[in-house]
Amino acid sequence: MRNCDIVIIGGGPAGLAAAVSAYDNGCKDILILERDDILGGILNQCIHNGFGLTRFKESMTGPEYAQRFITEVKNRNIPVKLNTTVLSLTNDKIVTAINDVDGVFQVKAKAVILAMGCRERSKGALNIAGARPAGIYSAGTAQKFVNCKGWLPGKNVVILGSGDIGLIMARRMTLEGAKVHAVCEIMPHSSGLKRNIVQCLNDFDIPLYLSHTITRIDGKDRVIGVEISQVDQNRRAIKGTEKYIKCDTVLFSVGLIPENELSKGAGVELSLGTKGAVVYQNRETSLSGVFACGNVLQVHDLVDFVSEESELAGKSASDYVLNGEKIKNSIDCQAKDGVSYVLPQKIDTLKSGDVTLYFRVKGVYKNCKVVVKDGENTLLSIKKRIVAPGEMERVILKEDKIKSLSSSVQVSVEVD
Amino acid sequence: MEKVNLTCIECPLGCDIIVETDGGKVLSVLGNTCPRGDKYAREEVVCPKRVLTTTVKTDVDKMLPVKSKEPIEKGRLFDAVKTLSGITAKTPVKIGEKVAVFDGVEIIACMDVE
Repeated sequence: MRNCDIVIIGGGPAGLAAAVSAYDNGCKDILILERDDILGGILNQCIHNGFGLTRFKESMTGPEYAQRFITEVKNRNIPVKLNTTVLSLTNDKIVTAINDVDGVFQVKAKAVILAMGCRERSKGALNIAGARPAGIYSAGTAQKFVNCKGWLPGKNVVILGSGDIGLIMARRMTLEGAKVHAVCEIMPHSSGLKRNIVQCLNDFDIPLYLSHTITRIDGKDRVIGVEISQVDQNRRAIKGTEKYIKCDTVLFSVGLIPENELSKGAGVELSLGTKGAVVYQNRETSLSGVFACGNVLQVHDLVDFVSEESELAGKSASDYVLNGEKIKNSIDCQAKDGVSYVLPQKIDTLKSGDVTLYFRVKGVYKNCKVVVKDGENTLLSIKKRIVAPGEMERVILKEDKIKSLSSSVQVSVEVD
Repeated sequence: MEKVNLTCIECPLGCDIIVETDGGKVLSVLGNTCPRGDKYAREEVVCPKRVLTTTVKTDVDKMLPVKSKEPIEKGRLFDAVKTLSGITAKTPVKIGEKVAVFDGVEIIACMDVE
């Protein structure tokens, strides 16, 4: 079995940024394992622009953003194994993987960075009545077909869910000659970015039905139509509001779930809020020397933030390899009223530096306060004009406050 | 005088912008939080433009993602896609390389294809 200082599982935006950062922080013995035949992960099929505005101050397409990091990895001669699927990870950091050159092989790592990204929620998780005809895809699958393979999955399309991938695909399918008849969103507000409502739907006169869902899919061999219905506040279909739309294709854009099968196998503690690993502020998981970053840890809004988080994980993994394991003093971070999750879930008060708390709120709140408490003691209270579940929020806890934490950190939203 | 409400598409913030115009002339732009928004709003009320991102075929079994180097007129997007669907890019192609020109705007590769 070969040894390696840092094994990075996944060569998408998270894995690439983590690799470059780990290298630049002093640890040179790194191996990236990627299951696809190219680096870059999901960015390769995201051919639309709007990436990199935060980080590079320019609007780039997904492949262009990926190329920046691929070039950085290549410049450092960091080894990469493509077409390589990781089969398992153990709690003593032995990675078992397979490809068509090495067969099944094992690597014993000093540190592991989990960077596997996320997976789309499927129709199966939604319980829609109907048979199983052809023509039902997740939006990301359709995106791969159109952008990487040059195949158009259908001509008359209905999209369920107004997540950004769904909106982007509404435009993409339209430009490629399909007719998108409707985008249905079960919530009373879109879960996608406003700019995508404008440039993907409004630009092409594609109707967005808020508080609507698909209640039936018709078709035996191929989709022939869908029934959509309005829903009440409890997201239950309202009888009498049914509307029928003839179509041959249904796309689902109903959320992303971190892909944590390997983490579970290794015994990494997972968070119910994020569906990713429970981590300290340096992105170390409950397993010493195992780090996580990017969408496998929490589903991010922007790839720019994935890169930022992954650089932190890469630096931390490098520190771990070069300086060894350190004793921790752990304080819990909890989501309270109005907050669905907080990351990191644990703060090590012995570590130096400020800690940025990332969190998502449960609903849309206007003129509210984000309050961070240590037990009964208020650490921060920040006024916000508006917060929404679609946009990840962040607040910074200064180092002096970290040092004096005594109970547990609680984040909540207070509305006057 | 006319007022036009816009949502800026330059970045994920999506600022709500109000443009006041008179006879096709822009009098004021309000609500934007950066210079990109000002430029977007002034163009949007006169001649809306979009950066086109799409794919072209290559001479190997791979699609090449491309984009227009500058925004092109919104009303010309479908014609642009149609024109580009008839193009086959020669490999190897490098990121940033010109593969076509449409309405005087360069269409450039967004990926290296060997």
